[in-house]
Amino acid sequence: MNNESTTRELVLPGDLLDTGTMKPGEGTYVQDGNIFAAMLGIKNVKSNFVNVIPLGGRYIPAPGDMIIGKVIDIGPSNWLVDIFSPYPAPLHVNEVPWRVEFGDTARYLSVGDTLLAKVLSVDETKRVQVTMKEQGLRKLQGGQIVEISHSKVPRVIGKNGSMIQMIKTYTNCRIFIGQNGRIWMDGSMDDMVNAKRAIRMIDQGAQTLKLTERVKEFLESVYRKEE
Amino acid sequence: MGGNSDMKLIDENGIRIDGRKVDELRPMKIEAGVLKSADGSAYVEIGKNKVLAAVYGPRECHPRHMQNPAKAIVQCKYNMISFSVSDRKRPGPDRRSVEISKLISEAMEYVVFTENYPRTSIDVYIEVLQANAGTRCAGLTAASVALADAGIPMKDIIPAVAVGKVNDQVVLDLNKEEDNYGQADLPIAILPRTGEVLLMQMDGHLTQEEFDKGLEMGVKACNEIYELQKDALRRRYAVVNGETDEESKEADEDVTEEA
Repeated sequence: MNNESTTRELVLPGDLLDTGTMKPGEGTYVQDGNIFAAMLGIKNVKSNFVNVIPLGGRYIPAPGDMIIGKVIDIGPSNWLVDIFSPYPAPLHVNEVPWRVEFGDTARYLSVGDTLLAKVLSVDETKRVQVTMKEQGLRKLQGGQIVEISHSKVPRVIGKNGSMIQMIKTYTNCRIFIGQNGRIWMDGSMDDMVNAKRAIRMIDQGAQTLKLTERVKEFLESVYRKEE
Repeated sequence: MGGNSDMKLIDENGIRIDGRKVDELRPMKIEAGVLKSADGSAYVEIGKNKVLAAVYGPRECHPRHMQNPAKAIVQCKYNMISFSVSDRKRPGPDRRSVEISKLISEAMEYVVFTENYPRTSIDVYIEVLQANAGTRCAGLTAASVALADAGIPMKDIIPAVAVGKVNDQVVLDLNKEEDNYGQADLPIAILPRTGEVLLMQMDGHLTQEEFDKGLEMGVKACNEIYELQKDALRRRYAVVNGETDEESKEADEDVTEEA
């Protein structure tokens, strides 16, 4: 069963989406058997569920999300990590790949450090825990951070990573994208400036047609000049 | 409410001092997303009223004791700028602005799905740049557009308008002269889809018949304003709607990519 909508329709809070044949998905609510949009976004129908894909809003952590965090506070047995959401997330010493003595936390991560982490758990009052105990999760040294809206992360990645792959090949930057809308990159200064501009372009034109082509044109024009 | 009803505010043809009919709104302009650093914003002009609303959040709630572990709180700050009225207004919160802030935040708390964001606060700032009666309605109208612009989940966008009684006639959307020298003022905010009343106050006196007539007028005008609000948001996101992308938005579970 595949009845995905082809046209993307902008919906506003309170707009009627469906009169009861489909199931309410994300960003919707039900009243008297009818499904209404709960937020501003794009209407999306997927396997008999009506969803609203948000165009903005804050990142709400979900378990398993790969995120880029910043250390904002240090406790004797944990660090407090800002994950670009309304909720700060504690990172416990048991959840880091190092053996840390009690009270020795500051030696491993200090305030202002950037790290690649994963959301371990989120409880019903949205208390978040993050972990670094997994392959590839680590402290990010050097580089720069770009912050975009979390709803635009899929655009920056592109279909099967096409967009991000393209930016990487042109700019020779190492890039990580967190689900929370933070993007970390490292490379030469000029390359980073270009990569940053490309990402800004995606951020602003996230819903426009032929975005990949336009970004490619931009990157090509920049790098042709330099040769 | 001067009660000074010997002042002639409506002529024999039923035309008011600013040339409107009794059931006519003032010219209105709504714009969404006018501020860059706010999460959501809106600018509203109703006649000579000029109101700016900004929404921040949901964000961590400070002070901590205000947090609600079950839901988000909506905090609103209504402020009239010192040059917004002809006699300089003394800056800072006063009895009136505290009252209006409370009223508006309660109206909005009802429409926002606060349970989605426990322990946070959604902050709404309403700045009245120029006032000419009906600023609480203009403020609420702007604030709800700003909330939608911020991508906050809510039941509906809420419009608000005032009705009143001037020269023994029920009129819509009072201007400053009618507000000052009229007999009654009744601001109304409704949830357009269900017709639920979110805000209603009455200053002055209305008979039952006048009240019913005023309410009917107000609800009708609210629906007009509602369309303008939606239009403002559609214009703001027109680019988004007009052109769609070849790549599917919901693609790609491969979250992070190694260089």
